[in-house]
Amino acid sequence: MATSTEVPQGQKKKETIEQAVVRFCGDSGDGMQITGSQFTNTAALFGNDLATFPDFPAEIRAPAGTLPGVSGFQINFSSRDVYTPGDSVDVLVAMNPAALATNIADLKTNGILIVNTDNFKETDLKKAQAKTNPLEDHSLDGYRLFKVDLTRLTRLALSDLGLDAKSMDRCKNFFALGMCYWLYNRSMDGTYKWLDDKFGSKPVLAEANKLAMKAGHMYCDVTEAFQTSYEIPPAKLPPGVYRNISGNTALALGFVAASQKAGIPLFLGSYPITPASDILHELSMYKEFGVITFQAEDEIAAVTSSIGAAYGGALALTTTSGPGMALKMEAIGLAIATELPLVICDIQRGGPSTGLPTKTEQADLLQALYGRNSEAPVPVLAASTPGDCFWVAMEASRIAIKYMVPVIILSDGYLANGAEPWKIPTAAELPDIPVHYRTEPEGFQPYQRDPATLSRPWAVPGTAGLEHRIGGLEKQDVTGNVNYEPLNHERMVRLRAAKVAGIVQDVPEVVPAGDAEGDLLLIGWGSTYGAITAALGPARAKGHRVGHVHLRHLNPLPRNLGEVMKRYKKVVVPEMNLGQLLWVLRAKYLVDAEGFNKIQGKPFKQSEIEAKIEEVLA
Amino acid sequence: MTTATLPPVYTKKDFQTDQEVRWCPGCGDYAILSAVQAVFPELGIPREKFVVVSGIGCSSRFPYYMNTFGFHTIHGRAPAVATGLKISRPDLDVWIATGDGDALSIGGNHTIHMLRRNIGVKVLLFNNRIYGLTKGQYSPTSELGKKAKSTPFGSVDRPFNPLSLALGAEATFVARSVDVFQAHLKTTLKRAAAHRGTAFIEILQNCNIFNDRAWETLTERDVRDDKTILLEHGQPLVFGRNRDRGIRMNGINLEVVMLGDGVTEADLIVHDERHPNPAYAFLLSRMDATPGFPTPMGVLRAVDAPAYERSMNEQLKQVIAKRGKGEITKLLQAGDIWEVR
Repeated sequence: MATSTEVPQGQKKKETIEQAVVRFCGDSGDGMQITGSQFTNTAALFGNDLATFPDFPAEIRAPAGTLPGVSGFQINFSSRDVYTPGDSVDVLVAMNPAALATNIADLKTNGILIVNTDNFKETDLKKAQAKTNPLEDHSLDGYRLFKVDLTRLTRLALSDLGLDAKSMDRCKNFFALGMCYWLYNRSMDGTYKWLDDKFGSKPVLAEANKLAMKAGHMYCDVTEAFQTSYEIPPAKLPPGVYRNISGNTALALGFVAASQKAGIPLFLGSYPITPASDILHELSMYKEFGVITFQAEDEIAAVTSSIGAAYGGALALTTTSGPGMALKMEAIGLAIATELPLVICDIQRGGPSTGLPTKTEQADLLQALYGRNSEAPVPVLAASTPGDCFWVAMEASRIAIKYMVPVIILSDGYLANGAEPWKIPTAAELPDIPVHYRTEPEGFQPYQRDPATLSRPWAVPGTAGLEHRIGGLEKQDVTGNVNYEPLNHERMVRLRAAKVAGIVQDVPEVVPAGDAEGDLLLIGWGSTYGAITAALGPARAKGHRVGHVHLRHLNPLPRNLGEVMKRYKKVVVPEMNLGQLLWVLRAKYLVDAEGFNKIQGKPFKQSEIEAKIEEVLA
Repeated sequence: MTTATLPPVYTKKDFQTDQEVRWCPGCGDYAILSAVQAVFPELGIPREKFVVVSGIGCSSRFPYYMNTFGFHTIHGRAPAVATGLKISRPDLDVWIATGDGDALSIGGNHTIHMLRRNIGVKVLLFNNRIYGLTKGQYSPTSELGKKAKSTPFGSVDRPFNPLSLALGAEATFVARSVDVFQAHLKTTLKRAAAHRGTAFIEILQNCNIFNDRAWETLTERDVRDDKTILLEHGQPLVFGRNRDRGIRMNGINLEVVMLGDGVTEADLIVHDERHPNPAYAFLLSRMDATPGFPTPMGVLRAVDAPAYERSMNEQLKQVIAKRGKGEITKLLQAGDIWEVR
C-alpha cells in the first residue's frame, strides 16, 4: 500500500502513501470540530480528495471528561477518489481517557495513537469509568502509542504571552493539530490565516494558537518519538475550481442559486432543529440576494409561513428534521391541495421521537412518501453526497415551480455535517428555472391545468382580474370552487396523483454503476452512496458481477428501474433503517429484493457492504 | 413601471362573490361580512391587493364570500400563513378572519407571536364563545361552567379574555366591536385598516344555533348603554343610559363612580389609546370580568411601532446597500477555493 521512498530529513524518513484516515477526539469542549475542520481545509487546499465525519454529542457540554461528552472528527484524505470518511483510523488523537475508550476500537492495528498524558490522572480515569490506566495496563500494546504531555507542553510554549492557564489550555488542540501537520507534511499557512481572521480583534489569541501549533510541529521534528512522516500527493480531480463543502452549506447555496435562476425571491421559514439549523444560519447571511429567513415560533408556523410566501410568489422553503417533519405534515397536505410550490428539507436523524439528534439515519423515507392524511403524494428527492445537496436543491426547486407541488428533499446528519471537495459550477452550468406567473384575466380558472404537466397557474395576489379563493377544502376541477361531489373528488384525487406521477418525464433513467447486468444489484439512496460506491470496486475486482443504482428520485421512481432490477439475479438494498426503500420496491415491482440494514446512528462502512456482497454471492 | 392612477371606484357589490353563503340563517357572521364588504370599497386600495386569509371554523369560510384574493388555510394557522405572505409581499393588504377556537386554542401560539412581532395584518376574531362548525363544544372563551356538548356538567376551565391576551402580547392595536353594532363595527374596521402593524379586533358575534344570545346581556338595546362603555380617545370614561357613571383610578385599580355629589368628569380617566404602557389598556380589558363594570367597546390601544415586515425589508435594503446586490458566482466561490488544472 505504501510506496516507501526514503527522503532524508535529518535522520527522519518521509514516506509517500495514497491515503490516510485521521480522527481527532476529545471532550466536547476541547475544540475537536475546529481542529478537524482546519486539518480538512488544509487537505482540501492541498488538493487531496477527502470525506469527513464529524461525530458529536447532543449535549452542548456534557460533564467534562465523561464518556457521553466525547466529540470526534474524522477525515479520510487521499491522492485517489474518496467516497467515505474511512472504516478504520490510521491516526487517532485522543485528548482524554473517555475519548480513548470510545474511539480506540476503530484504530487500525499498529496505528498511530497520540494521547494527552496530562489528562490521564486518577480523576480523569474515574470520569471515564476506566478501572485501570490504559497507558499502563498494556491494553494499547497493539498500537504505536505516543504519550505526549500536551497540556504542559502547550503551557510551556505560551508562557511568555501572559495568558491565564485556562486560556492557554484552550490552545492544546492546536498543539495536536501541529503534530498532525508535521506527520503529513502539511503547510500551516491556511490555519495561520484562519486564526488571523477569527481572532482579528484579539490578536493575542491568534498568536497563542499559532505558537501552540508550531510547538506541536516542532515537537515531532525534534523529539525522537516520531521517525517517519507521510506525504499524500494531490488527487487527480476533474479540472475546475473547487471548495470544500458540507451538505447543509450546499443545500443553502443551491437554494440561493435556484432563486437567482428563477428570478424570484427565496423565503425560508424555519424553526431551529438539529441537524438542520445550519441551513437557516447560512441563508440568514445572504440578505444581499433578497433572501428572507423567518425564524418561526414553531415547526408548523415555519412551513405555513412558507406556504404563505409561496402563495405570494416566492420560492418558498422550509427546513427541518424528522420530529419537525411530523409536525409539518398537515400543512404539506395544504400545499398539495392548494397546489403551491414549496420545498421541504428533512435532514434526517435517529428516531423515533427525539431519538438521536446528532446521529444519522434514513428512517424518514416512508414518512416523506406516505406520512400525510388521505391520498397525498409528493415528489421526494434524496441527496447522495454533501456536494450533491446543491444540485438536489436546484432540482427540487425546479420541480416545485414547474409542477406547482410541494417537494420533499431527504438529506441526513451524515451529509449535513460531512464535507467533501466540491467542483464549483460555472454560471453556465446552472440550470434555468422558468417561472410563469399568470397575469391574463381572460379565461382564468384557478385549477385549469397545463396538459403537459397537469400543473395549475400560479396566480399571485396583486394581479388585477385574477382575484380567486383557494383553500384546503376539496375543489371543483377547473374552477377551484369548493365542491363535495363524489365523482369530482375522485377526479381531483386522481389528477393530483397523476400530476406527481407525471414528473417521471423529468426523471432520468437509471444507469447502473459497475456491471450493467449480473449477479447482484445494490440499490441505495441518500448518504449510503459513498460506502456502496467504495465497496463496488473491490467486489468486482474479485470477479463478482455487481451493479449499483443510486436513486436520487424516490418519487416518482425512474421509469426503467423495474427493468434494470430484472437484469440481476439478486437485488440488495442497503439502508440506515429497517428496510423502507426495500418495502417500496417490493410492493411496487414484486421483486424479491433483500434488505441490508444498519440502525446505529452511524453510516455504513465500506467493509460492511463488501462483506454483505460476499455473503449474498457466497 | 406603473403610472400613478387612482384606484377604481368600488361599491360593496364589487366585493361580493358568486358563491352561495353557507352560514346558518341568522348567524352573526352575515353582519360582519356585510360590514367588511361595505368598508373595503372605502379604503382606496385596489381590489387585487386585498388578501383574506383564514383558518378553520365557521368564521374561516369568510374568504369564499369576499371577491378578493383569499386563502382558506388549516386550523389555527392563518396568522402564520399571513405572516409569510405579508413579509414577502408587504405591498398586499392582508386580513385574517378567525374565531375563538381557531385563534385562541389551536392557533394560540401563532396568534401571540404574530402580535408580538407586529406583523402588518388585520385580525378579525369572531368570538361566539363556542365551537360551531364541530357542532357545539365549549371554546377557550366560553364562560366557566359552560354546559356544552363536551361539558354536560359544565366546563371547569377558565376562559381567555381575547383583549387581555392580545395586550399581554403587547399588540399595538386592540379593539372590540359587535356584529350587530354595524356603524361602530365599520368605524372600527376603518381604524384597523389604517393601522401599521397588527390590528386586532375582537368582534362579539352570535351563534344562534349553538350559543344563542351569547352576548345578549351586553348588546340588547335596553341594556347596552349600562353594560358597555364606548371608548373614545381623549374623552372621559363615562357610561350609562343617563351618562351618569364613570370610571376612575383607585390605587392600581379601576372603580365605577356615580357622577354628582362632588364627583365630576374631571375625576374620571380620560381615555388614551396611545398610552405607551399596555397595562393601561389591560386594566380596561379586565373590566369585562368584574361585576358592576361595563364591557369596553372601541379601540383600547393604538400605538405606533415598527411593523415586522418593514424592519425585515429595511434590513435587506441595508445589506444590499452595504454589500451590493448578490452575485451567485461570487457566492459559490467564497472562502477557500483552489483550482485543479
